[in-house]
Amino acid sequence: MTDMPPDFARKVDIRLTVNGETVEARVDAGRHLVDFLRLDLGLTGAHAGCEHGVCGACTLKVDGDIVRGCLVLAAQLDGAEVWTVEGLTDSGALADLQDAFVARNALQCGFCTPGMLVAAADLLADGGVPSRAEIREHISGNYCRCTGYEAIVDAIETVARARAGTEAAA
Amino acid sequence: MKAATAGYVRATSLSHAVTLLAASKGQARLLAGGQSLVAAMNLRLAGETALIDINGLSELGGITADGAVLRIGALTRHRELATSPLVASLAPAIAQAAPLIAHAAIRTRGTIGGSLAYADPAAELPACMLALGATIVVAGPQGLRRVAAEDFFVDLFTTALAEDEMITAVEVPFAEPGERQATLELARRSGDYALAGIVLARKADGPRIAFFGVGPTARLARSAMAVLASGGDGEAAAAVLDRDLDPPDDVHAPAAVRLHLARVLLRRALAATQTGDA
Repeated sequence: MTDMPPDFARKVDIRLTVNGETVEARVDAGRHLVDFLRLDLGLTGAHAGCEHGVCGACTLKVDGDIVRGCLVLAAQLDGAEVWTVEGLTDSGALADLQDAFVARNALQCGFCTPGMLVAAADLLADGGVPSRAEIREHISGNYCRCTGYEAIVDAIETVARARAGTEAAA
Repeated sequence: MKAATAGYVRATSLSHAVTLLAASKGQARLLAGGQSLVAAMNLRLAGETALIDINGLSELGGITADGAVLRIGALTRHRELATSPLVASLAPAIAQAAPLIAHAAIRTRGTIGGSLAYADPAAELPACMLALGATIVVAGPQGLRRVAAEDFFVDLFTTALAEDEMITAVEVPFAEPGERQATLELARRSGDYALAGIVLARKADGPRIAFFGVGPTARLARSAMAVLASGGDGEAAAAVLDRDLDPPDDVHAPAAVRLHLARVLLRRALAATQTGDA
């Protein structure tokens, strides 16, 4: 690739906000978002799992939507707003989900949990009480290798009902 | 693994993107949603890749009803396809296909242009383009050209795009009044690649049926279409599917299983699109 035109840069300058704070960085063009967060910023909440978009452990929020942190390049995020499980935890946005995951024992090893929480929060942000089938569909992209799905679905359903005021929180 | 990248540049306009693409002489790839490309780079299947990021090109976005066609910009995300009222009313097969594409976190990034250019044989959108008789709008150094979907998908991961061309939009004819459409698939895990899938559009002069996941490209089931157009029933159409489809044996399913699933899907799609007087 020595004859590429000079327009192509191996390092890219980006300025974005992460968990509400402005971050400026010069990143390798191929740096994944999840590696940028984990290795460059020390935000290790999101996990790098399969690194080809299958497992969902790296699920993050970018500009309000959930994404795969392994399938987005940091170089693409100039001007973007990123939220990780740390920031969402500090803001309290996940508190009821986290409490319900603990109450229902909706985790075993916990590797998938940050991605599960971010994916679950995305579903519940739409409001209403999704059916168990809808919950399963929404987290279908998040592997739990301990196969804790039943408890995870329980926890998400509990929070949905509590938020809708149809049942006391667990 | 980590992506191997030979460089990155943000295109600032369509003409800039085309110029960069031409100058790279086939060595650079367009980065749209990146949901297949970055995965391939991470797996080191793509080699050391130079990237032209087209995400900033607003002229590649938008869904509009334009005369008799629904025009969908190449950068339209799968989630937009799933939620657009225009798509739901004018090309319902695409609205049904969009939620079947991967998972929510991938649908927020993946684009229709990227899916069509990649031409994965198990992808939903190429089959939608075939069944709905869409046209792919392509830009290159010589300007724009339009390619019928039937001429666009050439072979496994291979399209009619030249090395210096990119997709800008697709044009999908409106569903006819009373036309019913269905997109169905069977996958081992919701959101995974389909073992077999179908897109069916029941038009006045006969149905159009495209399958995906059962061969090197999405393809029209012309024999089954002919049987149905001449008054044959679903069983007769299913019986001739082996003339239309030649699925591979692979680790996920033997060819006979995929052909069986295609027949199951044809029956289901016909039932789903049955009109009251049919």
